[in-house]
This record gives sequence, C-alpha cells and structure tokens, in this order.
Amino acid sequence: MVTERSTSEAPKSTSPSLAAPVPEVRASAIDVLMASPVVFDVKNLDVYYSAYKAVRGVNMQVRKNQITAFIGPSGCGKTTVLRCLNRMNDLIPGARIAGNVLYHDVDLYGPEVSATEVRRRIGMVFQKPNPFPKSIYDNVAFGPRINGITSKAKLDEIVEKSLRSAALWDEVKDRLRNSALGMSGGQQQRLCIARTIAVEPEVVLMDEPCSALDPIATARIEDLMRELKSRFTIVIVTHNMQQAARTSDFTAFFTAQLDQGQRFGQLVEYDITSKIFSNPKDERTENYITGRFG
Amino acid sequence: MNLSELRPRWTWRRLHSIAMQVAMGIAVVLIAIPLVLVMYSVIVKGGAILFKDFPSFLTDDIPPERVEGAGMGPAVVGTLLVTLGATLIAVPLGVLGAIYLNEYGGTGKLARLVRFMALVMTGVPSIVMGLFVYVIWTMTFGLSGFGGSLALACLMLPVVINTSEQMLKLVPNSLREASYALGASKARTILTVVLPASISGIVSGALLAVARAAGETAPLMFTIGAAHEINKNLFSHENTSLSRQIFSNAQLAFDAAQDRGWGAALTLVLLAFILTLVARLVTALATQRK
Repeated sequence: MVTERSTSEAPKSTSPSLAAPVPEVRASAIDVLMASPVVFDVKNLDVYYSAYKAVRGVNMQVRKNQITAFIGPSGCGKTTVLRCLNRMNDLIPGARIAGNVLYHDVDLYGPEVSATEVRRRIGMVFQKPNPFPKSIYDNVAFGPRINGITSKAKLDEIVEKSLRSAALWDEVKDRLRNSALGMSGGQQQRLCIARTIAVEPEVVLMDEPCSALDPIATARIEDLMRELKSRFTIVIVTHNMQQAARTSDFTAFFTAQLDQGQRFGQLVEYDITSKIFSNPKDERTENYITGRFG
Repeated sequence: MNLSELRPRWTWRRLHSIAMQVAMGIAVVLIAIPLVLVMYSVIVKGGAILFKDFPSFLTDDIPPERVEGAGMGPAVVGTLLVTLGATLIAVPLGVLGAIYLNEYGGTGKLARLVRFMALVMTGVPSIVMGLFVYVIWTMTFGLSGFGGSLALACLMLPVVINTSEQMLKLVPNSLREASYALGASKARTILTVVLPASISGIVSGALLAVARAAGETAPLMFTIGAAHEINKNLFSHENTSLSRQIFSNAQLAFDAAQDRGWGAALTLVLLAFILTLVARLVTALATQRK
C-alpha cells in the first residue's frame, strides 16, 4: 500500500552499485498510478502442479496501462503466476489453481470462461523467441487470420501497423515473405511482440523477454515497452532488477520459501516501483535488491 | 627438441586403433558384397528384357508362359492400384491416429494401448496380415485388388502411425504455446502450426512405408489372385502385382517366363527407388524453405 511517508521523507539509501537510480515519485504521480483502473485482481492465489503446491497466497492488483514487473530469484513462481493470468498453465498436465484471478471483475477460472477467449484478450511473449517457421508476414497475420480477417488489404494494414509498433518495419519491409527464422534473436523477439499486438489484446504478458538477447536488443525492447504502455497493459517477468527499475511502474517481489522441506514461491512485497527500490518494507526485498541475497 | 621424440609411438593403444579400423573396413566390404551383387544381377538380367521392349514391357499383357517377349502391364497396373488403395487407407488413418496419440491422447489409457498395439503390429510377419485379410475379406468377397490393398494397409498403418508420431513429437512445444497465446483453439493450432511444421517428415515417412509395401509379396498371395490381363477395377476380379509375378515366374522352368520375372524385379526396384527419391526431395525442399 502507498503511504504518505514516501513523499515526505528522502528515499532510504540502498547499495548504489546494484539499485538503479530511481526518480522520486511525487504524491500526484502516485495518485495517477493508483487511480488507473484495476485489470487483474488476484486473490489468495495458490498454484499446484499435481500435488505440489508451487505458489502460495498471492494477492495483487494489476493496473491498466501500467507496466508491472515481477522480480525475484529463480524458482520463486514469477513465471507460474504470470502464466495464470492468461491460463497458459492449463496446458501443463496436472496444473491447477486455488483462489481467484479476476479480470475486470470476471473470474478467469470460472466454469463458463473459455481459455481461448481469455488468450485473445491477454497475449503473451515468451522467454525464448518462438516465431512460427513461416514468413515474417504470415507470423504477424496469424492472429488476425484466426479472428477471421481474410481481406488482403486489411491484413496488409494490420501487419504494417504491428511491425511499425514493434519498431521492426524498416528492417523487414523488403523481406516480408522471407522466413522469420532467418532473423536475429532480437528481431525475432520484436516479431513475436508484433505478432502478439496484431490481435489488439488488452494485456501483454512478457516472460523474461530479454533474457536471450544482447544489451542493445534489450534496450530496444525496453523502449518498445514504454511506447506500447499507452495502448496495452504490460506485465513482465524479469531477472534483471535494473530492467524492472528502468521500465516498470509497479514491482512485485517474489521469493522462494522452505516449508517442511518443500520449496514454494511467495509474493513478498508489491508496490510502486520507486518504493520497492528506494524504501522496501520487507527485509527480504531489501536484501535482494541490494544484492545481499541471491 | 628431438624429432624422434615427437614421432608417433607404437603403443598398444595405437595398434588397437589400427586393428579396429581394419575390422570396420572389412565389415563395410562384406555388407556391400550382397548389395552390389543383387543390384548387378537385377540390372543386367532385368535390364535385358525391360529395355529391349521399352516401354511396351510396362504396358503389354503377360504372354503365356512359353512365349518369348515382353509384357508385365497387368502387374504394373496391379501394383500401382493396390498400393494406391493401401496408401489411401493407411496414410490418412495413420496420420490422424498419430495426431490423436501425440496431441490429444497423451498418456491416457487408450493412447497407451494404441501406441503399444502399433508397436506390436510392426513386428507381425506380413504373411499373417495376408491370412488375416483372407479370412475377414477374401473368403466372403473373393479375390480382388482391394483385398491386397487391405492387407498392405494393415502392414503400413503401424509404420505410418509410429513415424508420424515421432515427427509430431519433434515440433517444439514453444510453437504450440505461441499459437495458444494468440487465442488459437487446439484444432486451429494443430492445423496451422503443428502439421505444417511436421508435414515434410510425415510425407517422407509415409512414402517410405509405401515403397516398402509396394514390394510385399506374401500379403498379396491369398488376396489378389493372378490375372494375365490388365484389370483396372480394384474392387472386382483377380488382379496381379510385380512382386506376385516375380514369385510365380521364378518358379517356372521356361526361360521366357524367368526373363519376364527379372524384368518385373527391375521395375519394382526402380519404383521403390523413385519413391525413395521423392521422399528425400520432399524433405530437402521443406527444410530448404525454412
């Protein structure tokens, strides 16, 4: 929760080597952030893989047209929680949840909800670029075609618009018919982003989209996220704390806990990014962002 | 540094290595001998009659046993028809079965049973398939090309199922996830992502199964009979096939008939060769496009 403290007091100093400089957030800016409508309301979410309870008790609200970052060490359940937001976990045999994931007040896991319809509105970009072994054009047109768009002119328009949004158009406009597998890793990942936004989803989930990319490609994707923020709600899982500090508005810190010999993921702290990085409430968060805990 | 120190030494390890290389060389030669001899005799003896009357050898009726001259038309037509029939039965069924096994069945009881049966069926001798079709089909409906198609289809089906499932397994899950994340249904994902990504492997696997089946003799013995005239109707009257003709002609004491047997053998080898070549070509084209 946001308190008055962050506005009146100077940010608590953290190790300068690891925590990126975070601009001080004024009260008005916080009000703007908190005034954004809630897209996801996660309530007491537990995730099971068969009998194994992988994630316990997650409560959070994801807000519209903001970038929300999930950070934390490996195996803390960031990706698992992310994949609950568009029901990708349904594809893993034995995966199930307890608790609720409300999407605009509708329970995503309700009995009448179709996972296919959910994923049309909540797209996903994966850790490893995974373009289809088709042409660049067909990759971007894949989603619109699923939605029944067959007109060539309309498809051309969507493909160009999506590739422009993904800052890829100028690089590929002369080879749209070439295979997507001939592109570099960074281009492939931007193609995957273009493919995702071609269906005009409301939310774009990103699962460590830069972990397979070099720093330059990473910077381009981060710029892209800031540009796309006005049109989409973005939730990103990242191992890179600077990335979370640079790009996100809200940050959720997850960690792995041991309970009777079983490891499980837990949401430790969720707040406005500047607060998490300058004035964390929980000691574990502070240890993690200052590098005292791996 | 003295040069003699750097020269290879006659150690036990080195001797062992040389001995093994020699042994492998001998094995390769031994393997090649029967292959080369088979190809040589088929090409020399079969070529003599096949290319003497080309292409009428492939189209004319089979003459009476003692009469010299060309003619394997009924067998060529029979082989093509019977194999085509078998392909039309086995390939769609096999590919659909493989899709079920890999995409829907997973580790369910039914899928495990089907997978196990397909594996067992690959080991069933082809003559047993012939007997099986004889009992369930030929005894009721009489000899016809279609009986042979059924028998060959039974042989091909497990092969097609197994190779197709392997090809579907090779499609990375990340592609399926990408498709689902765009809001595609399961059927849509299979049709537009999984199948196109694996089709070249499935096609070449199926073509190899076809090439194998085209040369089978035993399953056709009880099921298609032995026609001497071209029979273009797959569903009625006796038919014949190249393999069937090789078998019967080789048993006859007349030179003319034996020559025609060799010609049929060469035709069959060429047919299998072409099918294998096409399978390779399909795979190469598909991988190049990517």
